[in-house]
Amino acid sequence: MTTASADAPGHDDDHGHGHDHPKHLAHHFDTLEQQFGSSKLGMWAFLLTEVLFFSGLFVAYATLRANNSEVFSYASSFLDTKWGAINTVVLLISSFTAAMSVRNAQLGETSKLKRNLIITLICAGGFMGIKYVEYSHKWHAGLLPPGLENSMFNPETPWIPEAGHHDTDYLNLQRDTMDMAPAERVHFMTTLGRFFGVYFFLTGLHGVHVLIGMGVISWLILRTSRGEFGPDNFTAVDLVALYWHLVDLVWIFLFPLLYLIA
Amino acid sequence: MTAHAHDSHDDHHGLGHILPVKLLAGVLAALLFLTVLTVITGSTYLYGFDLGIAMVIATVKATLVCVIFMHLKWDKGFHAFAFLGSVLFVGVFLAYTLTDTKQYQGDVRSFGDDVSLNSPFAQPLPDPHPSTHDHEDENAEH
Amino acid sequence: MTNTTPDVHYLNCDKGFKSWFWTLDHKRLGLMYMWSVIAAFILGGIFALLVRMELMQPNMGIEENAALYGWSKELGPANLYNHFFTLHGAIMVFLVIIPGIPAALGNFALPMMLGAKDVAYPKLNRFSYHLWLSGAIFFVLALVTKGLDTGWTFYAPYSLETDTAVVFATTGAFILGFSSIFTGLNMLVTIHKLRPDGMTWFKMPLFLWAIYATAIIQILATPVIGIALLMLTIERVLGVGIFDPTLGGDPVLFEHIFWFYSHPAVYVMVLPAMGVVSELLANFSRKPIFGYRSIAFSSVAIAIFSFIVWGHHMFVSGQSDLVNVVFSALTFSVAVPSAIKVFNWIATLYKGSISLDTPMWYALSVIWLFGIGGLTGLWLGTLGTDIHLHDTYFVVAHFHFVMVGSAIFAFIGGVFYWWPKMYGVMYNETVAKTGTAIAFIGFNLTFLPQFVAGSKGMPRRYFDYAEEFASYNFWSSIGAMTLGVGLVIALYALLKSLMGERKAAPANPWGAVTLDWQCTSPPPPHNFDHAPPVDGPYDHELVRWNEDLQGYEPVDPVDGDPNLARMGSAKLA
Repeated sequence: MTTASADAPGHDDDHGHGHDHPKHLAHHFDTLEQQFGSSKLGMWAFLLTEVLFFSGLFVAYATLRANNSEVFSYASSFLDTKWGAINTVVLLISSFTAAMSVRNAQLGETSKLKRNLIITLICAGGFMGIKYVEYSHKWHAGLLPPGLENSMFNPETPWIPEAGHHDTDYLNLQRDTMDMAPAERVHFMTTLGRFFGVYFFLTGLHGVHVLIGMGVISWLILRTSRGEFGPDNFTAVDLVALYWHLVDLVWIFLFPLLYLIA
Repeated sequence: MTAHAHDSHDDHHGLGHILPVKLLAGVLAALLFLTVLTVITGSTYLYGFDLGIAMVIATVKATLVCVIFMHLKWDKGFHAFAFLGSVLFVGVFLAYTLTDTKQYQGDVRSFGDDVSLNSPFAQPLPDPHPSTHDHEDENAEH
Repeated sequence: MTNTTPDVHYLNCDKGFKSWFWTLDHKRLGLMYMWSVIAAFILGGIFALLVRMELMQPNMGIEENAALYGWSKELGPANLYNHFFTLHGAIMVFLVIIPGIPAALGNFALPMMLGAKDVAYPKLNRFSYHLWLSGAIFFVLALVTKGLDTGWTFYAPYSLETDTAVVFATTGAFILGFSSIFTGLNMLVTIHKLRPDGMTWFKMPLFLWAIYATAIIQILATPVIGIALLMLTIERVLGVGIFDPTLGGDPVLFEHIFWFYSHPAVYVMVLPAMGVVSELLANFSRKPIFGYRSIAFSSVAIAIFSFIVWGHHMFVSGQSDLVNVVFSALTFSVAVPSAIKVFNWIATLYKGSISLDTPMWYALSVIWLFGIGGLTGLWLGTLGTDIHLHDTYFVVAHFHFVMVGSAIFAFIGGVFYWWPKMYGVMYNETVAKTGTAIAFIGFNLTFLPQFVAGSKGMPRRYFDYAEEFASYNFWSSIGAMTLGVGLVIALYALLKSLMGERKAAPANPWGAVTLDWQCTSPPPPHNFDHAPPVDGPYDHELVRWNEDLQGYEPVDPVDGDPNLARMGSAKLA
């Protein structure tokens, strides 16, 4: 044992998992510090996995953009910067309340902890609500991955809107591609389609992470109601907050890359 | 447990470092300010540096979240090292694929030219279909 | 004093299916992994034999073969053959070799080597195993529905066009990827946090270093195949235009993302094998391993270098000349740490007091087989020669020497090494060694001719070939059957030891000094009440042979040396 842990509560020289083992300490750990450190290290390792998991999509985005920067600039004009910015703010606030929750748990402020977790959950829900508004607009306007039937970029049978019905984006596109040479127009339209493929994939995968985050935050709220968290036992809050910050980090990069490249 | 398990802990008050409210609120304010800044710079023409500036701002924001919100400043150095390592590997991944894709893009384009004549997009986009919706419906939508 | 199996141990402390399926005990999970992996290995092996049967002679009768395999005739033997080699590869890679050593042997031995009661996250560990099972179910679904004919690499655009069960297989591989990630994460945290008092990083057994380096790759690279397969699945289902050229996508990008994982994955397979071999060679030479630190560092170096060489799989796939040259040059960097290891192994043997027990036979086989597999890799890393050898049987032979010859042989060696600890029984050495010898001969007979056929231009993955390759293929098929016989004998030796009159194993039959041999065989449910005191993992002076025990025991403390006294007074749990 290290000197730091030798006088820790529950350290027990006679039997490995004796009766005076602290309540929150699993049998295969010697001290709470060791258990807490293990949890943190494991969570960080998981976050590394998440970073690399997203990296594949970022690589797809980057290669596509590097070769077609003009088309991408044009494509981002279909995205509403206002909603993107609001969502960024919502997510930043939720990150703040998540960080506050950790503090509350460390200090044993149960009611504040619960309040901050609920705000975090509401922000996450708001984020998904705004995503729903954005997605449904694109769904109706045919701004979809090219493989879908109702995508205006479908290379077999492009979707064509009805006049006066969600046709603004289409009419703009019709106007802007009118004077292009055929090969150029084909390239332009297929690249736009791929932009929306990458857009839906990136934001969709991020959205799935938000949903998972909402699930675990709800679980934390439930546990807070049972009064489980306090200065000796806040690991779960800490780890979920770390996860939530990572979800925030991904969005911090997605927002400028998708919405602000006009 | 290891001799190394505690070496980079700055303090031992309980299990982790407790962040003051002021610091957290300050970071939130900075993040919101940077968000406004990036929206402004993103909507003005910056002589080809748009992407670079947007990425610099995003990186600053990300650093703030990592260092303060995620406690990296007070956490074990190994966690920060590992996290930076993963970012480095992402960088390697990006650098190689970008170098490569730029090199062979000509071939991809020429393949595209061959198939382009069969594509419906070789023709200008047709006009929208005549509407089957009545006007009230449409007004409700907009 | 004779050997008796302890009354209560991890195998009999709890009974019934549920006590195994929902266990949190790393030893039970390790055993379940081991048997699952062996079952998958048998399935993959059957496909391998079917492949070799098809290739035994040129122009094998088409209709007869379909009837022979009992599959529907409309598939046709050429298509059937595509299914066989794909399923063989996918099962062997994702279900067998990747989890083989880290998950099965790692789970069983690693916490005990640390003197710990369990891994850091027992529940996550169980979850990993359940993920493995779910992934395996998806593979079986792919097998029984429409099969799979893309090759284990799932290259776009073919994987987007074929109407076989690609989605089932990619989902299965995705799930297996996360099983592997969580295992790696668990091992990494366990090594960081559960090392006993006195076990500094450089007093860890080398197996732990190897598992640690593997965990780095599992954590950093495996998510990338997760996303690659997810992207492929979504591309197939929704058509997002990232990989599909008919939508303007870029198939070469898939290969980049795929190999960013799959090259490091080669080291997920081979690094733990190197760790096992290091343990075996040191213990059966009864000598401290030569160049401990260089072996430890070379494991980590291999893990790091493995991330910057993936492009050597893509020399002829449309990757640009510039990147080809860079990747070819960088590929040689991996050869250096690999060679350091082989050099150190051989130096360990030098003047050692070698005992040729069964695990040692496997360890020595691995040196030979990895030597050939590694050195032929250099030819393939060289851009000029690779253009000629790419996608020929030379490549097939090369990676089988590495993946089977090194990873699987080390896995089996490890199973024979820890078997007395797992079940508390000794197997019949003669039978076991016979199996090893036959498998070794069979393996070389299978794959050495393939080097020649490949260098003469026989392409891989074809269901038929020109007459000039007939003799190579004939002998290769004979070798495959011999290999199969050898492996069946090895399995028989293991199973036989559990049946009839058992020969109880001592706590430490091999004279190893690592902590896993300090608890009883089989170990008690929680391994140790307290971690035993630790000294150098290869200090063989600390144990000596005891004729009564038919095993090794700690050296008597009265001999005077305080270190020895500490070792001797270590309370055996």
